[in-house]
Amino acid sequence: MKRYSAFAIAREALRGHTGWDRAWGSPQPKDRYDVVIIGAGGHGLATAYYLGKNHGVKNVAILEKGWLGGGNTGRNTTIIRSNYLQDASAAIYEKSRSLYETLSQDLNYNVMFSPRGVMMLAQTQHEIRGYRRTAHANALQGVATEFIGPQRVKELCPIINIDGPRYPVLGALWQPRGGTARHDAVAWGYARACSAMGMHVIQKCEVTGVKTEGGKVTGVATTRGDIACGKLGIVVAGHSGVVAEMAGFRLPVESVALQALVSEPIKPCMDVVVMANTVHGYMSQSDKGEMVIGGGADGYNNYTQRGSFHHIEETVRALVETFPMISRLKMLRQWGGIVDMTGDRSPILSKTPVEGVFINCGWGTGGFKAIPGSGWGFAELMAKGASPLTAEFGLERFREGRFIDESVAAGVAH
Amino acid sequence: MLILHCPYCGVDADETELSPGGEAHLKRAGPGTPDDAFERYLFHRENPKGVHFERWRHASGCGKWFHAARCTVTMEVFGTYPAQVTEPPQEICDRITGKRPGWSWGAFS
Ligand SMILES: Cc1cc2nc3c(=O)[nH]c(=O)nc-3n(C[C@H](O)[C@H](O)[C@H](O)COP(=O)(O)OP(=O)(O)OC[C@H]3O[C@@H](n4cnc5c(N)ncnc54)[C@H](O)[C@@H]3O)c2cc1C
Ligand SMILES: [Zn+2]
Repeated sequence: MKRYSAFAIAREALRGHTGWDRAWGSPQPKDRYDVVIIGAGGHGLATAYYLGKNHGVKNVAILEKGWLGGGNTGRNTTIIRSNYLQDASAAIYEKSRSLYETLSQDLNYNVMFSPRGVMMLAQTQHEIRGYRRTAHANALQGVATEFIGPQRVKELCPIINIDGPRYPVLGALWQPRGGTARHDAVAWGYARACSAMGMHVIQKCEVTGVKTEGGKVTGVATTRGDIACGKLGIVVAGHSGVVAEMAGFRLPVESVALQALVSEPIKPCMDVVVMANTVHGYMSQSDKGEMVIGGGADGYNNYTQRGSFHHIEETVRALVETFPMISRLKMLRQWGGIVDMTGDRSPILSKTPVEGVFINCGWGTGGFKAIPGSGWGFAELMAKGASPLTAEFGLERFREGRFIDESVAAGVAH
Repeated sequence: MLILHCPYCGVDADETELSPGGEAHLKRAGPGTPDDAFERYLFHRENPKGVHFERWRHASGCGKWFHAARCTVTMEVFGTYPAQVTEPPQEICDRITGKRPGWSWGAFS
């Protein structure tokens, strides 16, 4: 792999850009790999990357039924924060956020991490109490957040209407080192780094069956033939239930569509991320100038990658109240992704009833921020059989009643 | 927008009038149920990519609970039926078989 640098740009400028390598290979699948990862979203790719980088496991294939990052990784609103309530969550999300700080250097690929600050508005007394509590918990966990008053909110984001008619802004939970990153670049950067280590990122290769012998995994059946493996990682977000069924076990996960939309590009008008959980909407401005807006999840199971129309109306209504200046803005695009929801709104990073099969799922509406940390912990779990980052996130927690309850703490969980 | 026919009041109700109630025909687990079965009952919802049965409430209408059979991929509705049954009516199962031969869902097929 040739390194990207300012010098490389200058060199290529002089020779008509003829010297750039392909960013990643597109190899034919081999018959066998030590580790097969199903799903080339951010979590699958990050897992492979840290398997190679931290544990020296490089005979790895990442199988993707569609295209790189074409699942939720390429469909999300890119919010990165780690202001969760429970210790286990704070640990993995903060690990992840801190890895994002240096990810561009680490991967030699610009993921455009922008720690512009994330603010979660408190618009009811209940939210004030909830966010104060989170700020205290974060202080103990070593996550830098603070509860700020309405005047500070207005200073940080002048376009907010703080004395809105229904829900005036009473304060906010502020994480100054939260922010956004370029979602596609995260997938591409990891894919390029994996490819450079000799791993196979294989697109248009759908896994259709999981093969086992005596309760142990031996390989997978795919649309490009059978592939044997020593260990298997299932990292397929909304399709986790479908793939788990191929391996013969059930998951406490339900799949629903979650939507987002973007506006036409406008001049810079906000340089923080704002989430308004009571009225249910959140917004940030992309580098291109589009307002990136996150909407609601459907209330019923589906795999449509589209989402219900009325959620758009609800979201936009809420945001127009919070940001009156966007009322004349035209919306350019809308889309949906299939998110994997668990009962406690926390992920599952776990061994499974099938020996050698590991599962990483349940990130639901909020796993983009977790990609580096999840990959780090899950790679350790797959390589060594245990990881301090993933210990609390096992499948057995449901049976044992040890939930990591973020459903109340996180509100709109993005 | 999803539109479901309410089998009680006869209205073709928009999604915004309805509230979803999750998986249909759950068998409740009582005291003395082994841990495995209890875990299944509490957490292991049917989450198929295809034919699905679920409960809905005509919340902003007549207020009644009812059942719906729907495809989670195409959103095609195979039919709705009253709440007071423990399994889908034969007629609905036959209609699904006509459109999705070989389907199965939980204990039904
Ligand atoms: C609209 C929207 C907004 C969001 N906003 C945020 C946000 O602001 N911040 C945040 O932190 N998170 C957000 N999320 C959540 C975040 O996008 C996801 O949690 C995260 O991207 C999940 O990554 P993943 O790698 O697990 O899954 P994915 O990126 O979905 O990757 C899974 C891959 O598996 C592949 N696959 C599935 N089945 C098979 C098979 N049988 N064989 C081979 N491949 C298969 C899929 O094609 C897919 O590419 C949002 C999600 C959505 C939909
Ligand atoms: Zn009715």
